[in-house]
Amino acid sequence: MAGSATVTLPADEQILITREFDAPKELVYKAWTTPELVKRWWSGERGEVTLAEIDLRVGGAWRYVMVGEGFEVGFHGEYQELVPNERIVSTEVFEGMPDAASVNTLTLTEADGRTLLTILVQHSSKEHRDGHVNSGMEGGLQESLNALERVVRSLG
Amino acid sequence: MFNAVAEPWRRQILDLLRDGERPVNDLVDLTGLTQPQVSKHLRVLREVGVVDVRDVGRQRLYRINGPALKPIHDWVADYERMWSERFDALDVVLEDLKREHEGDGGNGR
Repeated sequence: MAGSATVTLPADEQILITREFDAPKELVYKAWTTPELVKRWWSGERGEVTLAEIDLRVGGAWRYVMVGEGFEVGFHGEYQELVPNERIVSTEVFEGMPDAASVNTLTLTEADGRTLLTILVQHSSKEHRDGHVNSGMEGGLQESLNALERVVRSLG
Repeated sequence: MFNAVAEPWRRQILDLLRDGERPVNDLVDLTGLTQPQVSKHLRVLREVGVVDVRDVGRQRLYRINGPALKPIHDWVADYERMWSERFDALDVVLEDLKREHEGDGGNGR
């Protein structure tokens, strides 16, 4: 197994996700950009992907919808830059928070047949970033965020 | 504060401290990091208030400041779990693609 994802917060407006895959980058790119393949992985264990639309060209749109137990979440965006098998820059909007678009940069780097995948999520503000982390989740996390706000304030 | 806690080694140190107080040496043994590295991470964690320290004899014992920490830890851990689930499912897809490409006569590229 290639191991689990690593999530870090390099700056107030950013989220960085990294993971290594035991496959060449061409295949990772294919799994990332082919609707019927995206449907098989994008929801993880949290539900089913009921819609995956990908218009893979600069200026083209994408939209994914996931349905889980008692919730439905949709995300969409537009491709800004495409380097096949290496790099995708696209916008992303969580449809529950339509004002908070992020710009996501996916990069694939291959070494010895293995591929390092990184996604840098760049928000326009810390508030939007924190909202993003809350988005594909079931309840309970908002409570944590509220508690966190109190803690941060109390620390001054 | 988010960034202080999000760094993977610091989160591992916090996980180790969750079971109770520990001296630096314990953390060095359990993480495989050097003592200066562990001390540096502990300093960052103390500065943002999620770890406390007290002296007992000649030992310095570190412990979690639980109420300050839990929400942030949960916040990042949940998001990371979601991506880990996605990527585990993607592993399965990639295994299928690898088999298909080998079926094409190994001409995967």
